[in-house]
Amino acid sequence: MEPTQPETVVLDNERMSRALIRVAHEIVEQQPDSELALVGIHTRGAILAARLQPMVAEISGSQVHLGDVDISLYRDDLGSRGASPVVHSTHLDFDVEGKTVVVVDDVLFTGRTVRAAIDAIFDFGRPRSIRLAVLCDRGHRELPIRPDHVGKNIPTAPGDRVNVQLVETDGVDAVTVRRGDGEAHDR
Amino acid sequence: MKHLISIDQLGRNGIERILDRAASFGSVASREVQKVPALRGRLVVNLFYESSTRTTSSFELAAKRLSADVISIRSSGSSVDKGESLKDTITTLDAYEPAAIVVRHPRAGAADLVARWTRAAVINAGDGAHAHPTQALLDVHTLRQRFGELDGLRIWIVGDIAHSRVARSTAAAFGLMGASVTLCGPPTLLPPGIGAALGCRVVTNLADLGEADVVYALRMQHERMQGGDVPSLNEYAALYGITADRLVANQVVMHPGPVNRGVELAGDVVDSAHSLIGEQVAAGVAVRMAVLYELLAGVEKDDRVREAATA
Repeated sequence: MEPTQPETVVLDNERMSRALIRVAHEIVEQQPDSELALVGIHTRGAILAARLQPMVAEISGSQVHLGDVDISLYRDDLGSRGASPVVHSTHLDFDVEGKTVVVVDDVLFTGRTVRAAIDAIFDFGRPRSIRLAVLCDRGHRELPIRPDHVGKNIPTAPGDRVNVQLVETDGVDAVTVRRGDGEAHDR
Repeated sequence: MKHLISIDQLGRNGIERILDRAASFGSVASREVQKVPALRGRLVVNLFYESSTRTTSSFELAAKRLSADVISIRSSGSSVDKGESLKDTITTLDAYEPAAIVVRHPRAGAADLVARWTRAAVINAGDGAHAHPTQALLDVHTLRQRFGELDGLRIWIVGDIAHSRVARSTAAAFGLMGASVTLCGPPTLLPPGIGAALGCRVVTNLADLGEADVVYALRMQHERMQGGDVPSLNEYAALYGITADRLVANQVVMHPGPVNRGVELAGDVVDSAHSLIGEQVAAGVAVRMAVLYELLAGVEKDDRVREAATA
């Protein structure tokens, strides 16, 4: 039923790993004056945050907190998308008060997911600042949100599908783009 | 699924889907801000025609933790006292456009009727001796937290089966989850055919209680008894009361509350390490959040308008 659209690989295993190393360096370069915390957005953002944490800790030589958030309960489009089949737990086992929190996600698209993640983090306390690191920025923002660290900019049309695969969930590290199959997805 | 009237609607998959979510809803209470915005701007009405502490307070808290607006109405002190019919009350409340109505009523079938009279999602919080599905869900949740899965667990439900909606819903849920359930009570409190109807073994004494992994004691509902069901509460306690010396090591004890200490459960059992009663109460809010989320999160506010237009 689904037409076979050509898929373009925009990041393979090696380039993804280099992109993440660069993002880790960038996070440390903007050396914050408060403790760092990486907070990934479920599911793949959380995996990327877990990969970045040891790199950032090693480069900076200081402790880096790790957490993850599930934004299902903070969506602005509950009605139109329906209930999430699974609501993951949010794990922020450190006090976010006064920390520099780096939100990590795989794809930045409309910005709505990031807005929801920021709301979720504020329900745990008041961080000193929040920054945003993404593996891919595919454009088409609907909110005034911009990333601070980007692994790869990917020019897309709104209907394109950006598909991020990670070893932990998909057995392979790759980012592919499939051209315009209509429906817009933001993750 | 639009309404939650009885546990049979859910099946094992539905129960697991809701309870898997409940596990993460439980952690909302430990945050600095103890709520999430999932149901912001929706109205939940609690309508209670029977007294209740934990069900009404936990539904209210569950709705508030999801940022819904809540009004709670008890029959005493409301226009029900003035003789208003259930249907007229629902019609009135429906004019406020609630997303959900949580209803408890002394008559079996009341929640099902309410569901026909309103466009809101209806959650049965107990209708007569028929059903109490959210109690069943929190009981399963409590046991999953303790034992992982219920498959093969031997569960005895002891006491006033005849007047208990908890017995019906909870026994059905335990059975759906793969446990083997035994109903135990005095013959006068065991309706004929109940074992076959619920797929449970039925016994009339505690001789084999030692085989149970879980002992679920029911409240003696003296307010519902016509007299003559048991000679006296003392005699009931002597024959069927769960006391410390009737329990063996590693057995856990549950009770839907409120407990008549010294009748169905000895006071020292309630406070002992056997007891999961505190865990049951704690599970109540998270499980009811998960139920509200299940029924309301997938529904657009506009659905009400569209359904009304096509009706």
